[in-house]
Parts: sequence; C-alpha cells; structure tokens
Amino acid sequence: MTTGNYQRRTKDQLAARVARDIFDGAVVNLGIGQPTLVANHLPAGREVILHSENGILGMGPAPAAGEEDFDLINAGKQPVTLLPGGAYFHHADSFAMMRGGHLDICVLGAFQVSATGDLANWSTGEPGAIPAVGGAMDLAIGARQTWVMMDLLTKKGQSKIVEKCSYPLTGIGCVKRVYADLATLECTPQGLRLIDAVEGLSREALEELVGLPVAA
Amino acid sequence: MIDKIARSVAEALADVPDGATVLIGGFGTAGIPGELIDGLIAQGAKDLTVVNNNAGNGDTGLAALLKAGRVRKIVCSFPRQADSHVFDALYRSGKLELELVPQGNLAERIRAAGAGIGAFFCPTGYGTELAGDRETRVIDGKPYVLEYPIHGDVALIKAERGDRWGNLTYRKAARNFGPVMAMAAKKTIATVHEIVELGAMDPENIVTPGIFVHRVVQIERVATQAGGFKEAA
Repeated sequence: MTTGNYQRRTKDQLAARVARDIFDGAVVNLGIGQPTLVANHLPAGREVILHSENGILGMGPAPAAGEEDFDLINAGKQPVTLLPGGAYFHHADSFAMMRGGHLDICVLGAFQVSATGDLANWSTGEPGAIPAVGGAMDLAIGARQTWVMMDLLTKKGQSKIVEKCSYPLTGIGCVKRVYADLATLECTPQGLRLIDAVEGLSREALEELVGLPVAA
Repeated sequence: MIDKIARSVAEALADVPDGATVLIGGFGTAGIPGELIDGLIAQGAKDLTVVNNNAGNGDTGLAALLKAGRVRKIVCSFPRQADSHVFDALYRSGKLELELVPQGNLAERIRAAGAGIGAFFCPTGYGTELAGDRETRVIDGKPYVLEYPIHGDVALIKAERGDRWGNLTYRKAARNFGPVMAMAAKKTIATVHEIVELGAMDPENIVTPGIFVHRVVQIERVATQAGGFKEAA
C-alpha cells in the first residue's frame, strides 16, 4: 500500500526487520498473532531459543500435516514441535523465566504504546467487552527487552504511539522498541528516538504522523 | 499399605463438597482432565469456584460444567476465546463471577499456596486495573503488588504415568499447571494413562512427588484436539 511517496513494510518485511535485531543466542518469546511471523525470518546461522509460556523452551516450527501432537502446542494453541535440546516445565517455572529476567526479548502486539514505553495491549476497555489478559502483563514487565510490533496508525489514521495511553495499561515504561510498518522507534524516559524509517519518510513527516517529537 | 489408586473417576470424586474451590489443570486443550470434569458434573457438587487458565471451550468439559450451573465464580487469565460462548453468556447475564488474573500471577499464587507462603510482592500488573486496591511497595527502586495465594479444596489434573504412592510424570506441554495445582489443594486427583509398579518410574524424573497427590485414576488415552482461540492483540 502506498501512502504519500513511501511504502509501508508488509507484515513479512516487518517480521524480517524485527528478526534482524534478534541476536545470536537470544531466548525469545514471540507473542500470539503477528509476532509469531518473526520465527520465519530469523537469519540463517543465528541460534535463537524460542520460549512458549505454556512450558516450552526450544520450540520448533509447526509439524507436517498429520504429525500434530495436541500435547505440544504453543501459546496460541497451535501444534508446534520441540527442537533437540528443548525442555518442558510447569507454568510457575515458565513465568519465573519472564519475571526473573531470564528471557532476553519478548515481541508483543499492541493497541497503544506511549512515548515513554507504557503498553496497552490487553483490553480496549469497551463497556460490555469480556476482558482477557493471558500472559501479556507478565511478559511485558518480565523480559529484559520488550519490543512491540504493530502498524503505526489505526485504520482511521490515528497514531498508536501516544503521549499517554487511553486504553487500560498492560505495564508501565516497559516497551523498549516499537517496530512499526513505517518506522522503528525507541521508547526512552525522555520520549521517542528514531532508529529507522521506511524510505521516503522523513523524521519530520514521522513526527507529524505521530504528533510527538521524535529525536534523531 | 499406601494405595492411592482409585478404581473409578466416580470413586475419586465422591467427597467433593458443595462450595469447593476446584483447581483444574490444562492450557488450551493440553492437560485438561476431561474425564474428571465430566465426573464432577455427574457427581453434582455445586456453588463451586473454579480456577483454570481459561473458561471453557465449545460445549464440553469445563464449558459443560458452567452450563450445568454448578460454578459460582471462575478465576482465570484468558476467558475470552473464539468458542467460549457458554462462559460469555453466563458472564454477560451476571450469573458467573470472574476474577481475572495475569497468567503468571495465577501460577505463582497457586504455587505460593502449595509452598505455605502467606503473600508475596510481584511486579506483574503494577499500575494496571488488575492490581485493584491491593497493597503496593517499592523494593530496591522497583514497584510491586501484594498477591495472595490461591488454595484449592480439590485439584483435578491430567498426568501421563503414576504409581500407588501418587508419583507422577506428565507428557510434553500437557504438564502446564499440573505440578503447582497438585501442591495447592487439600485433595489432588490425577488421571494417568498408565499405572506402574513402585520403582518403575525413574526417581530422577518424577515431576510431582506422591506427597502432593491423593488419588490416581487410570483413563483411556484419547486424541485431544487444539481448542479454538481468538487473538488477544
């Protein structure tokens, strides 16, 4: 899709952009939905251990059709496999891995992220909506680095990076980076800092889209 | 002689009282003790508080227990799923109380009950609406919320192999909440697919020692299927 004279990253391009920053040897949790795409784009030769909140380290790709084992599923309840060296453990240990700072990176989706890294990704707070939180709050504050992967703008064109989240919070000051379809940004206590933007999108134009200062 | 083997699901569940807090293992469909849930429906205990990661899928298992009107309150992390229509309807009509707990807090609060911890300070959920009005404290510059244990009267869990002392092993990611729930209940009932002689399980590999288990029931192995799921964000 073309917007002005720049192009949005496709979902696969965005996943590849996130994957590029995952270092060799990292233990990573990929949230449900779009973040799971990142696994398909990890550069060859980089050894990364995937963690799944339901008690798996060393999670491998989906099994071949007919090979599914429904005792071996990911957090999204889809069948997965276990790599050699992988391990199973119970839920309290799995979340100790997050909270205890043992997990290097988690990648999550978001409704909103504030410039200083507050995250809102579990509830839109609509009256009558049934709330569900899962492991989002534990992951957000537990991993050493929490990265968000999302479109920069809502369908209505409003920035999902905001000065202050209007949706219910998942965690405070926990997001370190936002990988968006239009730019990669760092959230700091002082506000946003630009890491990169898609070709043709200047920092000034990005500031206009977000409505907040973006430091170089 | 110690013999925790129950001859049937009905025998194992015979003394679950009305008003009990029942911890039920499983995540998605892995590790759900379906036979014990069906047995609890048949047994008839009512006014239950159920603790599970989810709030039932489709119309069977936990969803059927809810539909039968036996549950007063559910404590879980992720009730809303693509096929959680039974829960959705009961919740919306005010017939079922929900305590929503972040998944790691759920696991740790259950573990704390089993370990005799009175309460603990946890960073998860600080500054969010799920922290409620519980006490907070800053320790070494980091904020925490006081979390209380979740004790069960009964735990229903699904394991793979067991013996008459109640030692258990699990299968793959079906382990999930089983080991912590086993610790946290006054009476833990586990289904297994295989009962073996004492000593046949490698003591280095026993995941839940029998001290945490009170009844072991053998069930047929049936293929499970992945549950419906709606993406969170």
